[in-house]
Amino acid sequence: MKEVFEPVIGIEVHTQLKTESKLFCSCSTRFDAAPNRNTCPVCLGLPGALPVLNKKALLFGIKTGLAFNCEIAEFSGFDRKNYFYPDLSKNYQITQDAFPIGTNGHIDVMTDGKTRRIRIKRVHLEEDAGKSVHEGGTITGAAYSLEDYNRAGVPLLEIVSEPDIRSPKEAYEYLLMLRRILLYLEVSDCKMEEGSLRCDVNISIRPEGSDEFGTQVELKNLNSFRAVERSLEYEVERQSQLVASGGEVIRETRHWDEASQVTVSMRRKERAEDYRYFPEPDLAQLNIRRSWVDEIKATLPELPAARRMRFIESYGLPEYDASLLTDTKELADYFEAVVREYGEAKTVSNWIMGELSRLMNATGIGIESVKVRPGDIAAMLKMIDKGTISGKIAKTVFEEMFAEGKSPETIVKEKGLVQITDEEELAKIVDCVIEENREVADQVREGKDKALGFLVGQVMKMTKGRANPQAVNKLLRQRLAN
Amino acid sequence: MRITKEDVGRISILARLKLSEDDQSLFAEQLSGILQVIDSLDEVDTGDMNRMISPAGLTNVFREDVVLPSIDPEEALKNAPDKEGAFFKVPRILEAD
Amino acid sequence: MGCRRLQGDRRETRLRLNELKAHELLPLIRRHEVTVEEAVTETLDRIAALDGTIQAYITVAREHALQRAKEADARLAKGEPPRPLEGLSIAIKDNICTKGIRTTGASRYLEDFIPPYDATVIERLEDAGAIVVGKTNMDEFAMGSSTENSAMFSTRNPWNLNRVPGGSSGGSAACVIANEAVFALGSDTGGSIRQPASFCGIVGLKPSYGLVSRYGLIGYASSMDQIGPMTRDVRDCALILNVIAGNDPRDSQSYPGELPDYAGCLVPEISGLTIGVPKEFLEEGLSGPVRDAFMKALDRLEELGARVVEVSLPHVRHALAAYYVISSAEAGSNLARLDGVRYGYRAPGQEDSASMMAASRGEGLGPEVKRRIVLGTYVLSAENREKYFNEALRVRSLISRDFQEVFKTCDCLVGPTSPTVAFEAGEKTRDPLEMYLSDVYTVPPNLAGIPGISVPCGFDEEGMPVGLQIMGKQYDEATLLRIAYAFEQATDFHRRRPEVPQKTYQSESAGGERSV
Repeated sequence: MKEVFEPVIGIEVHTQLKTESKLFCSCSTRFDAAPNRNTCPVCLGLPGALPVLNKKALLFGIKTGLAFNCEIAEFSGFDRKNYFYPDLSKNYQITQDAFPIGTNGHIDVMTDGKTRRIRIKRVHLEEDAGKSVHEGGTITGAAYSLEDYNRAGVPLLEIVSEPDIRSPKEAYEYLLMLRRILLYLEVSDCKMEEGSLRCDVNISIRPEGSDEFGTQVELKNLNSFRAVERSLEYEVERQSQLVASGGEVIRETRHWDEASQVTVSMRRKERAEDYRYFPEPDLAQLNIRRSWVDEIKATLPELPAARRMRFIESYGLPEYDASLLTDTKELADYFEAVVREYGEAKTVSNWIMGELSRLMNATGIGIESVKVRPGDIAAMLKMIDKGTISGKIAKTVFEEMFAEGKSPETIVKEKGLVQITDEEELAKIVDCVIEENREVADQVREGKDKALGFLVGQVMKMTKGRANPQAVNKLLRQRLAN
Repeated sequence: MRITKEDVGRISILARLKLSEDDQSLFAEQLSGILQVIDSLDEVDTGDMNRMISPAGLTNVFREDVVLPSIDPEEALKNAPDKEGAFFKVPRILEAD
Repeated sequence: MGCRRLQGDRRETRLRLNELKAHELLPLIRRHEVTVEEAVTETLDRIAALDGTIQAYITVAREHALQRAKEADARLAKGEPPRPLEGLSIAIKDNICTKGIRTTGASRYLEDFIPPYDATVIERLEDAGAIVVGKTNMDEFAMGSSTENSAMFSTRNPWNLNRVPGGSSGGSAACVIANEAVFALGSDTGGSIRQPASFCGIVGLKPSYGLVSRYGLIGYASSMDQIGPMTRDVRDCALILNVIAGNDPRDSQSYPGELPDYAGCLVPEISGLTIGVPKEFLEEGLSGPVRDAFMKALDRLEELGARVVEVSLPHVRHALAAYYVISSAEAGSNLARLDGVRYGYRAPGQEDSASMMAASRGEGLGPEVKRRIVLGTYVLSAENREKYFNEALRVRSLISRDFQEVFKTCDCLVGPTSPTVAFEAGEKTRDPLEMYLSDVYTVPPNLAGIPGISVPCGFDEEGMPVGLQIMGKQYDEATLLRIAYAFEQATDFHRRRPEVPQKTYQSESAGGERSV
């Protein structure tokens, strides 16, 4: 009988916080292509330099801990993690080992319609290291490396999950939700491509139903959420086959090769490093007052899960719509701005998920840069309701709104797109079309509805789409009934 | 001996400190003597005393999130043993297998 | 040239400028009786004449000093008001960063290091008008008690050239007593200001932890290091402290409180104060002359009206052990940044970074430094951390509590600064442990973060100075300085100067000068 294995997955995320200055010095965190332009004695690790904590970074850390439902430590502090590496300017990293700012949190993650709670073990602050550029492009085989300390000292938030994740897909959804929350909080840019979000995962397998833990494998070099998912799929398969055939999983770190879509053992000697953690004597301890935490809690925005629920309950939107519309705070805000002025939530949702999304995808413009004001969409929808323009014309109008940022009223006026509903006017055109298409008209009289559609089309053509299609339909039937 | 030559050898790798064989032996001997004195700490009944990490006794020392001028790259690199452009240059990071 | 008759002195006492204390020289400069350039030149000439013998300086910043002197005179000539330390020549221990002036830590590793920034204390001193004339010799990275661990050369004690000046601020102490600077800055982690002050017969203050900014001080033990003044008398010490003390936003452990005018607190009145003598300090190893001088000092304090009582610091005998564990651990970590990547010595011909780092540190760092790094790494390693490091931190709490207890009834504590007078060069270099034991009286205040000052309190039969250490309540330097001042003014030890054999006194650079 083939044994079924379940994956046991834990994820560690590092995200750069969006502060103006670094964690322990006043150098800018702004990305600069020119190396070593944002450095000072502190982040260069010059003799005699001392760290001073950036209050905003701590605030962002507490805010994030709260968003992840963590207990925020009353007493916290920093520790030195001692190891040598050329990109580490002091050869120790100031981090939080013993007293992280947040512990015992959770995120609820929905995968394939089912929601599971993933526990967050800890959230803590630490400083980033500099960046190595290797001769030849990769560290393997490089004759030398070049060090740039612009990034050294940038604040990082480390978020560690418990090994509660049970499938590669769930891992993917976890990361999406984690990033979504961080973006809602506006504490990070979360751009994996730029390195402001990094992710390491560990995975083991065990027989389904067992509660013992198997041997963990750590995966590195994951440059996108999809890479996380695929690498985990690969690992589950690899480990399952290995165990099924009587082998043993080795505790190791494996490197994800994006090109060949496999994980490769990092055959480098795994020296067990003793980091000799001890409390950072150059920094004062943190006494995080409950009143401050409460203040910060009051500033939390409505988080994605809660907002999604509210969209379902208050607006009566289906789950699918609510999920898409709350994917980013900006989109959700935009949607609600339109609904505030128009009212019909589902209609608005359709337009945003339909036409607006289509145009955004085609042009690569994000919701923050869209020229269409929410009020204008509301106005346009009201014009459709009133019959001033047809739904079809509205699409053309909308494209113009998107491209130029003009209001629908302006566009309709400029292009003379007001819908023709006047029956007398329409009748003339209908008669004209019947005249010019006698054979088709006869077909209609014989009962061929398809032919009617053709005639409608001709009327629309002649009015450049401005005729009200229902009225046209009605008139044609009337005229041809005789 | 409380600390052996092998101990010193292992520590010298952790601390990136190249020590000759003679120095490793010498340090092992000297540090064992020092550790013998340090071991007197065992005699103390520290009970439930907290660790005193700093005599300053301060908490919550922060700075505002304000950018101040960095030093010029030329200054930053002024003392660099080896450089390329505005980068610090180091020998290859991966050790020979 | 450099000899000046003091105004109003009918006996024509010809005091050279460089023999004047800061509080004597300042009025002359303020009254335009002496130009800054004259004063500074006199100091530089003295260095040229003497330092070949004493070897207190690693770097003499002659051009820099003269330039600043000229600028100061120009400012004064324009009628700008004189600043608190206008025109005073200062020597800076070479572990304090001076922008544009080589800062070596007395290590081969930083032999060519030129900091791109000034330590906060340098900024404050220069803003107050003081002029850096050079960087003084020390034990490498402040690790030592005799300045014999300098990778450059040894400094000689001006009282007896065969003796050590003490350490690690030996160069600073020697140059102050030999008039090679008006005053100096030292640093003190386990006694490195007080013990050399005691060996050289000057005043040396280790301020309360955090009173003076550590920004720009090459880190040794982060939780114990302090920069402090080394001066010819207590008044000078207070003047300097006024300028360098006070909160620095660049040092997170810097004391945030308001500070008094320390010079204004110098009233030689201590009747009614209670002075405690820890009995543990009198127990072992105290040599004859030191004990004698100390007992006489106690008599003097009683004569001045203070009440001298015996107290106990029950855990203080574990102070050395706790100190060496904590300081090595912190130092080992602080010195990890010396890796040949961004600055400092890089060993040539290394194939990979790890080997390069190991070789650079192995070749560039001296044996005492390497020993402490090994010890520090050892006591922090996973299997030892609880037993050594964490335990030492708890013992530290106990020692601190002992001090707090006695300060409930005492205004200060006294003891000898060092168990011996300055010893012979080479006498204690065979066994590092022997050297460590000379710190036994000075280490406890570093652990607890309380201030300690050493003032001269006598001489032995061979004319070597003995120091009295006075320890005060944390952040109460005002009381500490007052007691020190009262004792000093009731004695004349601070007026004695050694006769140092020198080359012909001339204003040209003589041999032995090392310029920046």
